[in-house]
Amino acid sequence: MSEARVVPFRGGGFRPVAKRGAGLLVFVVLILLAEWGTRAGWIGNLTLPRPSDVALTLVDLWQSGRLWTHLVPSLTRLAVGGVMGISIGIAVGVAIGLFSHVRAGLVPLVAALFPIPKIALLPLFVIWFGIDEGSKYALIAFGTFTPTVVSTYGAVDNVDRTLIRMGQSFGLSWFSIVRKIVLPGALPGILSGLRVSIAIGIILLVAAEMLGAEYGIGAYILQAGSLYDLERLFAGVVILSALGVLTSWAIGLAEKRLLRWRS
Amino acid sequence: MRGLSGPRDCPMDLTLDHITHRYSGMPVLQDIDLQIPAGEILCIVGPSGCGKSTLLRLIGGLERPDEGAVRMAGAAPEGCLNPLTYVFQDFALLPWRTVEGNISLVLEDHGLGGRKGEEIIADVLARTRLSGFRKALPRQLSGGMKQRVAIARALAVNPAVMLLDEPLSALDAQTRELLMDDLVGLWTRQPFTGVYVTHNLAEAVRLGHRIAVLSRRPGRLREVIEVPRALEDRRAGDPELEALQERLWGLMRDEAMAADQELVDV
Ligand SMILES: Nc1ncnc2c1ncn2[C@@H]1O[C@H](COP(=O)(O)OP(=O)(O)OP(=O)(O)O)[C@@H](O)[C@H]1O
Ligand SMILES: [Mg+2]
Repeated sequence: MSEARVVPFRGGGFRPVAKRGAGLLVFVVLILLAEWGTRAGWIGNLTLPRPSDVALTLVDLWQSGRLWTHLVPSLTRLAVGGVMGISIGIAVGVAIGLFSHVRAGLVPLVAALFPIPKIALLPLFVIWFGIDEGSKYALIAFGTFTPTVVSTYGAVDNVDRTLIRMGQSFGLSWFSIVRKIVLPGALPGILSGLRVSIAIGIILLVAAEMLGAEYGIGAYILQAGSLYDLERLFAGVVILSALGVLTSWAIGLAEKRLLRWRS
Repeated sequence: MRGLSGPRDCPMDLTLDHITHRYSGMPVLQDIDLQIPAGEILCIVGPSGCGKSTLLRLIGGLERPDEGAVRMAGAAPEGCLNPLTYVFQDFALLPWRTVEGNISLVLEDHGLGGRKGEEIIADVLARTRLSGFRKALPRQLSGGMKQRVAIARALAVNPAVMLLDEPLSALDAQTRELLMDDLVGLWTRQPFTGVYVTHNLAEAVRLGHRIAVLSRRPGRLREVIEVPRALEDRRAGDPELEALQERLWGLMRDEAMAADQELVDV
């Protein structure tokens, strides 16, 4: 008789677990590597700026108040354009999900609009909405609109049909079914679609500001780039990343609060 | 006074009048003729795919029969908000609403959001022994409790007829026993009219006053069997009921085997 062995464990994995601080650690390690490399000289100062210099640039930006002169217009554009695009996108997406006629009419149009790089349309928007804020709002609105529509009607399609049947079987009105069953059921999908939409909004914001704006993070980065001022360029990039992390965190918070019913 | 849906004061009978139904040309139900008198539970059994769920959807008006009609005779009980009310196999609870929220869902549309609604919710939760779980979310409940919430929700609209589609099939054997006792208890305290679809013959002989046996697809009515004992006097292991169950299985066996060999190409 051979010795009894313990059955080897082969489950586990394939299930994301929250590991606090891991993301932060990756950032810190990369920054320390860059700092070390630029100080020791194995990273040339035309390849990468020294992280501590970028930090100093940021502090300077903050203290001189120029941070706000660039950040405020950028955030305004993102907010105005994003709110327009996302709210119209959700409305159209829900309509597509609910009405077969709207679906038949609009889904091909959305499919045609989705792959257009919206930035290519900026000249057109400048003609339509003027060189100032109008064209930037329009660009961001249009850019966030299409992904929002697609994710919203997908979310509405994915609402459990048996729940809708249940609503009908209890004689709930059409309006009640939409408000109390379809919309809450679609919320998880809509929120996760928002992450993509907002990220696209930030990309388009910078692109629009690079093509013509006096103030704004995009303009700031463009100026720095044309002077080959890597510290300022990277300071701008850091601000954008922070913006991305911040919005993603805000959506995560909204998900936590609104979707508490999901385990 | 609501909640008095007995056979006397709830004289709503259902009649299935030559029901035939097809899905894209394929006949699913053929010429079903059936009476469902008030205050009685009718069980429908039959091999899988024979159209039991379809029949229930036709009875409740969720689908339209190709031929024939379902007729209601008589008035719904007083305070009835939804004469034909379902209990689904997979519970169909809104996961984002609490137990009481799921029940108030079906009351809100009738303007019963306030204190009147509160009373109804408290009443049905007490009847399904769920009073302690008002604020719980569905994900916190066991399968048996979820189905009791669904039953409470159905009771809240004081239905004339309850339509139950394999309400216990998603539950384990012990929970099923307990819930059968619950259903018997609910019926003995306040008799309701029920159509109970199941593929479990033990449930059928336990809960049905009569049992309708369908043939395999296309489902035809093979036989309607009366179950002798009163609901509350039925015990597991009763030889008479065992014999009845045996007889039902004899009726269904060949059909079930044949149904199992069929390809479903729809
Ligand atoms: N909406 C539908 N469209 C097309 N075919 C359907 C539809 N619903 C059911 N069917 C088909 O009709 C037949 C009867 O289905 P039904 O669900 O009523 O059977 P059932 O007796 O409830 O089966 P089970 O015991 O598996 O629950 C099956 O062959 C099924 O594939
Ligand atoms: Mg079925």
